[in-house]
Amino acid sequence: MKNRTGFNVTFYLLIVPVLIWLITLIVIPHAELFLSSFLVEDDLGDMIFSFGNYIQFFNQKIYWLTFVKTASYAIGVTILAFVIAFPIAFYLTKVTSKKNARFLILLLLIPLWVGELVTVYGWMILLGDNGIINHFLMFIGIINEPVNMLYTDFSMVVGLLYMSMIFMVIPVMSALESMDDSLIEAACDLGASKWAIFTKIIIPYSMPGITSGAIIVFMLVIGDYLAPNLLGGKSSLWFTEQIYNKFLSTFNWNEGAAFGFLLLMLSSGIIWIALKLSGQKLEKVGS
Amino acid sequence: MDNILEMKNLSKHFGDFTAVKNVDFGVEEGGFFSILGSSGCGKTTLLRIIAGFQQESEGDVFIRGQSMKGIPPEKRPVNIVFQNLALFPMMNVRENVAFGLKRQKLKKADIDSKVNEMLERVGLNGYLNKKVTDLSGGQRQRVAIARSLVMNPSILLLDEPLGALDRKLREHMKVELKLLQKEIGTTFVYITHDQSEALVMSDKVAVMHAGQFEQIDTPRNLYKNPKTSFVAGFVGDANRFELQPKEGDSIITKGGWKLQKSDLNGTPEVLYIRPEALILNPSDRTEGVDHFEVTVKTILFDGSSTKLSTSVAEGDEELLISLPQNSQFDNIIEGRKLKVGVHRDDLKCF
Repeated sequence: MKNRTGFNVTFYLLIVPVLIWLITLIVIPHAELFLSSFLVEDDLGDMIFSFGNYIQFFNQKIYWLTFVKTASYAIGVTILAFVIAFPIAFYLTKVTSKKNARFLILLLLIPLWVGELVTVYGWMILLGDNGIINHFLMFIGIINEPVNMLYTDFSMVVGLLYMSMIFMVIPVMSALESMDDSLIEAACDLGASKWAIFTKIIIPYSMPGITSGAIIVFMLVIGDYLAPNLLGGKSSLWFTEQIYNKFLSTFNWNEGAAFGFLLLMLSSGIIWIALKLSGQKLEKVGS
Repeated sequence: MDNILEMKNLSKHFGDFTAVKNVDFGVEEGGFFSILGSSGCGKTTLLRIIAGFQQESEGDVFIRGQSMKGIPPEKRPVNIVFQNLALFPMMNVRENVAFGLKRQKLKKADIDSKVNEMLERVGLNGYLNKKVTDLSGGQRQRVAIARSLVMNPSILLLDEPLGALDRKLREHMKVELKLLQKEIGTTFVYITHDQSEALVMSDKVAVMHAGQFEQIDTPRNLYKNPKTSFVAGFVGDANRFELQPKEGDSIITKGGWKLQKSDLNGTPEVLYIRPEALILNPSDRTEGVDHFEVTVKTILFDGSSTKLSTSVAEGDEELLISLPQNSQFDNIIEGRKLKVGVHRDDLKCF
């Protein structure tokens, strides 16, 4: 272990690929985008430094309204993902057998294997006016004519939930897994009702897992493009679609870059506020 | 005195396996009662039945004369100190101890005064706002006990709570627990596989084996007058010998060692002799003491419980003898022949 040269060679062999990855794929493109986000074309066609791209966001109502809508939907989807994922995680870790749990986790992971595009098209087939769900509802006679589900906020939320839920299940599961069952018994022994056990023991104990799950889901959803674009209707304009339009429809890369950074900063800000409000610390999340 | 806890013909089956078999006993109010048994003997199952975490298959549990059938754990007047303590890691010491009281919807001032009083009692008054994860093993122990005792239970159940502590601290906590129990007067039901814990702390000990109680007695009686072969072998140390069919007034071990024993009924199969019951260099005149000769094979030095491993001259048997460390026998070395005596009452046959 004292062989200094040996140590150095191994060290550089390990660090160089990481550095190449970080610098070429993350640092340089971001720096480039960041710089270009401050460039605006002046009347003569020259690029000049300006905050104009950022000011544009706050001046045009449609932009920040889209962002507010995107952020509030992302928060809503995160909460829904928690409501759905928590019982699943609890069932998988505390109720069913290890063998069953492994199989069920596999089922949960399958949508990730086929990719988001395929699952989104899958939902389009299910939710369409001639889709399976409408057929089934009409068959059992609950409705007489197809309900419009596709291309609405509903179908968009379903799609977003479906692709992001697993990222809430896994961290919550790992938090619950580390929880000793005797904590639940001890609480029960001390006279706690089921509700008190849930709110005072299980939830606080799994809070780090919930927080990291919530951050992942929120970031995935707020930055998602496919589900809002394909499943959402005309009214469900997502902020990523605005960015997409800047880059590929109006070819205003500078404004697109500015919007990209605004998305990054505003969503980080929301997470920061959420962490403060819930009394969680980022260092503890996921531990 | 009335029994605060009573078990009537209690049994628990897991499929074909019977964890607790026809257990029938009572615990007096205000006592320190221990259930002693090796792991897998069913003692934890029994405790969990009393606490209500497991349902008995047959029989019933009575607390203060009241049947506990169908009463869930949170409604029973017992509290349990878990083996791993099960402190709530996200709460500080005060919140842990106050948890049960808060569930009873007491006034905040009442809760605070009760928590403070209890923490003072276990010597943790300066630790109110400490995180339980920052405490030492002994302190965590006390928090767990305080958390249960503050509920003022009729019976406090303790599931080997000293198991995780190191030896020195365990010795210390033994004394402390016994004093605490005397002071507050709550009935303690303590389960352990460590006989020293059971003997030191308890007023009464039940020795449990294969789901059944072998003997319920005071620690001294368990040691002095074991009723069954299992108890004789399990409580304290003992030399164990298989016996041949007896001849008149003497018993003969399988290895051919012959000892006098007159007051026998039936046909004993095993003989137990405690290492500490053997007398080195006995005087010839003591009544009821038989003499024989041994050869020292090795000295197993272990401080106060040092033993001699010897072979008996007459017959092919090994015998462990306690060697007091009071300099009287410092001349004993390996290979030496020794005169040894044993009182006939100390030959325990079953």
